[in-house]
Amino acid sequence: MTTDTTTQTPEAAATAPPGPTPEKKRATQGHRRLLTRRDRITLGLMAGVPTVLHVALVWVTAIASIFLAFTTWDGIGFDSIKWVGLDNFKQLFNDNPQFWPAVQHNIIWFVVLILIPTPFGLFLAVQLDKKIRFSRLYQTAFFLPVVISMACIGFVWQLVYNPDTGLINSIIGANKPGHYIDWIGNPHLNLWAVLIAASWRHTGYMMILYLAGLKSVDPSLREASALDGANEWQTFKSVIFPTLRPTNTVVLVVTIIEALRAFDLVFVFNKGAQGTELLSILVTNNIIGESSRIGYGSAIAVVLLVISLAVIIPYLIATFRKERRA
Amino acid sequence: MRLSPSGLSVPGPSRRSLLRGAGGAALLAGAGIPLLSACGSSGSSSDPKTVTVGSNASDAVPKKAFESVYADFTKQSGITVKVNTKDHNTFQEQINSYLQGTPDDVFNWFAGYRMQFFAAKGLASPIDDVWAKIGDNFPDAMKKLSKGEDGKYYFVPVTTYPWAIFYRKSVFSQHGYQVPTTWDQLVALCKQMKKDGLVPIAFGDKDAWPAMGTFDQINFRLNGYDFHVQLMAGKASWTDSKVRAVFDHWAEILPYHQDGFMGRTWEDAAQTLVSKKAGMYLLGSFVAQQFTNKADLDDLDFFPFPEINSAYGQETVEAPTDGFMVSKSPKNHAGVLKLLEYLGSPAAEEMYLKTDPSVVAASDKASTSAYSPLQKKAFEMIGAAKNLTQFMDRDSRPDFTSTVMQPGLQKFLQNPQGVDSLLSSIERQKKTIFASS
Repeated sequence: MTTDTTTQTPEAAATAPPGPTPEKKRATQGHRRLLTRRDRITLGLMAGVPTVLHVALVWVTAIASIFLAFTTWDGIGFDSIKWVGLDNFKQLFNDNPQFWPAVQHNIIWFVVLILIPTPFGLFLAVQLDKKIRFSRLYQTAFFLPVVISMACIGFVWQLVYNPDTGLINSIIGANKPGHYIDWIGNPHLNLWAVLIAASWRHTGYMMILYLAGLKSVDPSLREASALDGANEWQTFKSVIFPTLRPTNTVVLVVTIIEALRAFDLVFVFNKGAQGTELLSILVTNNIIGESSRIGYGSAIAVVLLVISLAVIIPYLIATFRKERRA
Repeated sequence: MRLSPSGLSVPGPSRRSLLRGAGGAALLAGAGIPLLSACGSSGSSSDPKTVTVGSNASDAVPKKAFESVYADFTKQSGITVKVNTKDHNTFQEQINSYLQGTPDDVFNWFAGYRMQFFAAKGLASPIDDVWAKIGDNFPDAMKKLSKGEDGKYYFVPVTTYPWAIFYRKSVFSQHGYQVPTTWDQLVALCKQMKKDGLVPIAFGDKDAWPAMGTFDQINFRLNGYDFHVQLMAGKASWTDSKVRAVFDHWAEILPYHQDGFMGRTWEDAAQTLVSKKAGMYLLGSFVAQQFTNKADLDDLDFFPFPEINSAYGQETVEAPTDGFMVSKSPKNHAGVLKLLEYLGSPAAEEMYLKTDPSVVAASDKASTSAYSPLQKKAFEMIGAAKNLTQFMDRDSRPDFTSTVMQPGLQKFLQNPQGVDSLLSSIERQKKTIFASS
């Protein structure tokens, strides 16, 4: 906190509450000196409050849930916390019929997002980048779902999929006894039904990311490849796509995060019932409620944390290494 | 980070206490206690003329009904009731930390195991002195429902409603159906209805709880009330052949249930009964809320779930009961006693039912003159019951029913053949949950 006065004090003075009498005029000497007490306090608050909040709300909670994962606790009084070692994890891996499906569904979620909406988003971005007519209109249309919250998307698609009165079944007549399609309830269908809704949104997201990436591609590259006689596909494959490398990294990370935090859409859709179990929903179902299984829920959260770390750490290492090199 | 307390234009203590507050709050949050104490704001006064009530009656009709009840109480006693209403589901989810924080003097809650759980945790006050005065107002089954595991009273029931099989009189008379009183008659009726092009049993289990109602009915008809209680309390085993028999019976009528029930809410299922496409519907009497047309509502009737085992007949009725409990250290104890005495009186129930006719009074002394025929029938059925059950998630640990039974029953509905492995899985999970505290 002993930074140069000339760069720091104006900011600090601007945010400090306006006291009736500033106790000292700022010294006009050019040499370095310590900050005034008020500057230090202001800076301390500006750095300190967020730090305390961050440590308390992120680190303490994360560490507390790791600790609680090895206990049982119903949330009533601290004296009912009982240490049980690895029991929660044993139960989770061996006895919980929903756990492995949930892990599997999180993985399917990622694979589907990376295989379907991502290439489709790239395709749309490439088309829109050609400045076709009504390009803005298309752009808006495809991006619109990204603006809407997942919970709302869940409500809307629920109406579309409703087995009795929904749009799809009403059109194809699949809401009569005998030939009935239960989009929301059938465990072989509902995950895919939700994934269509998720992909619908993810496509727009990917499109915007790729569109931004394409805007930064140097036009002279296209020109050069055109002069070399490359057709459109060859240009894209050998010139444009390789330059999108940084965008691809971002897309990969974003998609992994989307797959791990998938929650709201399914929660609204059918609360993670048969066929749509997800880790995040299992955590919620166990922790929230009248007599919660906080230890057990924390154990699931820890599994989710470990998976997230396994993904995030290599990414961060790679990013930092690049920065150091640069 | 060092903060000097002096020389500031911002007063030091307030900021420090803010930080301390934030840090402490974060610690609590980190340990899993939502910051509920901050929400229960109303209970700070210890005014002898005021009683505070934590209410889950957030829906318009019950809210208005309770307002009239409290107003009547204030008129009689001069004690003001300060109500702190929270969204119904939020109230339930937060009840745990709410009761540990600074709860209101009195709070809305449910009878049964759910009440006993909090009583056993010391989060509620026994109210035997109130029951000494209101005891005569209630039938024995209601008394049993209001006691904790220690035999003391913790609960004052106000309203209740039965679960039964609902049907439309016009449909039954049109096809000449008889109300089934035995299991075989029920199965035969289902077959006949299917032949007649009806959906025999309307069903929707998207919310995962309606299936628990079907399980309860078959279970206590087949195995009796005591077994139901033991099973729900985690004492009987789910791998017992008695439980297996429940699922066998269920599997027998499952083909007569409405298709695609996993994606359908109870409201949508009720619409098939309204539109006369379905013959029967097993649900609580709140199904009547879906009959918005007066003529349709007058056509609605119900019968108790048929007898399966003659040893138990139809003696048990599933009747979830709502009422009040007292928090562990109410600020105005004398006022609380007066309020509960009033709430336990037939007059309070009659006042409530004037505004909310979708339920019936818990007391058998309340006047039934304003009841609809459906309400009268429900009231008589509950009054005549030898045992009252509360519904699976009120008769058992909610963490068990929501994390194990709801997905478990849905699994059975998807795959009725896999019962044995399902039951042993339920039993394993039950053991760890019931052992945990």
